[in-house]
Amino acid sequence: MALSYLRSSSSRSVNLLKPLSSSLPLRRPISTDTTPITVETSVPFTSHQCDAPSCSVETNPKELLTFFRDMALMRRMEIAADSLYKAKLIRGFCHLYDGQEAVAVGMEAAITKKDCIITAYRDHCTFIGRGGTLLEVFAELMGRQAGCSKGKGGSMHFYKKDSNFYGGHGIVGAQVPLGCGLAFAQKYSKDETVTFALYGDGAANQGQLFEALNISALWDLPAILVCENNHYGMGTAEWRAAKSPAYYKRGDYVPGLKVDGMDALAVKQACKFAKEHALKNGPIILEMDTYRYHGHSMSDPGSTYRTRDEISGVRQERDPIERIRKLILSHDLATEKELKDIEKEVRKEVDDTITQAKESPMPEPSELFTNVYAKGLGVESFGADRKEVRATLP
Amino acid sequence: MLGVVRKKMLGQSLLKIRPAVSMLRSYSSAAKQMTVRDALNSALDEEMSADQKVFLMGEEVGEYQGAYKISKGLLEKYGPERVLDTPITEAGFAGIAVGAAYHGLKPVVEFMTFNFSMQAIDHIINSAAKSNYMSAGQMSVPIVFRGPNGAAAGVGAQHSQCYAAWYASCPGLKVLTPYSSEDARGLLKAAIRDPDPVVFLENELLYGESFSVSDEVLDSSFCLPIGKAKIERVGRDVTITAFSKMVGHALKAAEILEKDGIDAEVINLRSIRPLDRSTINASVRKTNRLITVEEGFPQHGVGAEICASVVEESFAYLDAPVERIAGADVPMPYAANLERLAVPQVEDIVRAVKRACYRSVPLAAAA
Repeated sequence: MALSYLRSSSSRSVNLLKPLSSSLPLRRPISTDTTPITVETSVPFTSHQCDAPSCSVETNPKELLTFFRDMALMRRMEIAADSLYKAKLIRGFCHLYDGQEAVAVGMEAAITKKDCIITAYRDHCTFIGRGGTLLEVFAELMGRQAGCSKGKGGSMHFYKKDSNFYGGHGIVGAQVPLGCGLAFAQKYSKDETVTFALYGDGAANQGQLFEALNISALWDLPAILVCENNHYGMGTAEWRAAKSPAYYKRGDYVPGLKVDGMDALAVKQACKFAKEHALKNGPIILEMDTYRYHGHSMSDPGSTYRTRDEISGVRQERDPIERIRKLILSHDLATEKELKDIEKEVRKEVDDTITQAKESPMPEPSELFTNVYAKGLGVESFGADRKEVRATLP
Repeated sequence: MLGVVRKKMLGQSLLKIRPAVSMLRSYSSAAKQMTVRDALNSALDEEMSADQKVFLMGEEVGEYQGAYKISKGLLEKYGPERVLDTPITEAGFAGIAVGAAYHGLKPVVEFMTFNFSMQAIDHIINSAAKSNYMSAGQMSVPIVFRGPNGAAAGVGAQHSQCYAAWYASCPGLKVLTPYSSEDARGLLKAAIRDPDPVVFLENELLYGESFSVSDEVLDSSFCLPIGKAKIERVGRDVTITAFSKMVGHALKAAEILEKDGIDAEVINLRSIRPLDRSTINASVRKTNRLITVEEGFPQHGVGAEICASVVEESFAYLDAPVERIAGADVPMPYAANLERLAVPQVEDIVRAVKRACYRSVPLAAAA
């Protein structure tokens, strides 16, 4: 593996010595190194009504290190959210994404912030991928002013319109027609951009999905429907919910691709392929074979409908972060210690941000009445006791 | 603005001299007649012309020229990219329209009737109405959902419901109910220009009715304010609130009542959400009696909200209990005689006014 790196690093700097070990005082400037590396995905793509993309994925040290750091950050963030929820600092719903990080980072690597992403309620990591900050996440989860929705949305309602992240939706399946609508607007404005509408294996059976897919295919919308198949819709396994759990084939006349969703590079390749396809030929379905370590939400232990062996099995064999770690180490792009340092850094960043988020105040009571309308027309609104609490909507 | 007033006064004095309408056509202040259908069509046309982001989507809006011909000529003028015929999939296309609005376009979604909007109601409420609030202002949704609402003639239970009360209870939505052609033009233009989701409830039986419209109304910049009711008829003795088709009934009732010496004030609500509570309350404080009229089901209806508002704000001014005239508390029957019993008639309004004025005793009390 070190050989392949040598071959591709002809223009690299003076510091190259082989074999490299952590005892050397001089460090390679890995984080900006964009010399291409080609990696073969371990699981081939399966396609429906189209030709699968190649298993050879182009990447580079910078990208791999970024994948590692971003996924480590997302992982740590979700685990910290788990603790905050148990400490009752987060209320209501909290749907965690740990295990599925590769989908978020792989997708971002293939697209720009002008492309749109919309997802359901398991949106914390997708939001981070779109450029949201940790502070906005934790503050929103705790219902504070510094939250991305100023504390008024909660876990399921993260949005970042300036980087084309459209939420954050609590009604299962609703985000798919909405996503096709984003694609409609992109085509209408001739933007040459695409929309990724993410949904789960549970949502895959929703009628409105097929309604939206029909319209998208009829009107050639640049819509990419991404089924994040973590094999369980809440507590119901896919084989109990879908007569045909081959979600990538469910589009019938719409082409589909099944992807190893635990492999960030495979995800990147598929998304790149899908974007090219959608711009030329209209909608396409991507099925990401992925897994969530947590239960459906914080009120679900996640082990009544799955065995602990299954969960730990996936963690051992398919964990997305471990995959990238192995890749980085085998290509000698960083040492074990460097990667551990990154993880320590990330952990500290998360802990510091939580402290900061805890200091953010709760919204002012007057915020109860803001943003009901974009243009309030000076209309009156009322609190529970309308003789006590009235407000004029701005 | 002043020019229009001057022209109006000139026109009125000319009318006394020469009543023939055709001769007055050259004088810009002569009132023209316009059907509600044409009013809606012209409003859509003008707003689509003024703003490239406005587009129309719905079943049969394009090649069929509109199920009720409201969108006649628009496909030819604006092309299939801006006037889109959809499959019969309300949940899907309403969701797509809301998504387009998220991204900055201004969709006008036509429901063939609002009965079909129930298939899409999750998108109207959860995806459109609540988004601006949940996102603390990031995601405004400049969309209009429009179409015929309420009873038509002989269309039966599944095609006759009035949705004003349901939609108007939801914060984040604006709900408009035009009556006349002036209302239709002004409110539809306002709705399309408004950055929030608007539910625009038309009425099939009003589409063919003609109303006179001034030049001001015909101007492409004409717009009515959202949230303001119109006093169609000023009166002293009793306030009658109504919206949509019932405004016509209320005005007819007022004519009948005049012969009996009762001077009714008729308020055309125009906007159910926001509800113009101040106009309603000011009127009741003047007349001291209130009848609310609506076509929809009585329980939890628009009249119930108006009654509560008046009881809260103007209790001391009421000289009689508030009367509600509403559709019958049954699914809409088909047989013509039963249908007539299920929808408010002019005589129902007259009778209620007389009760409020203590000019009659209700049936139940007489027994």
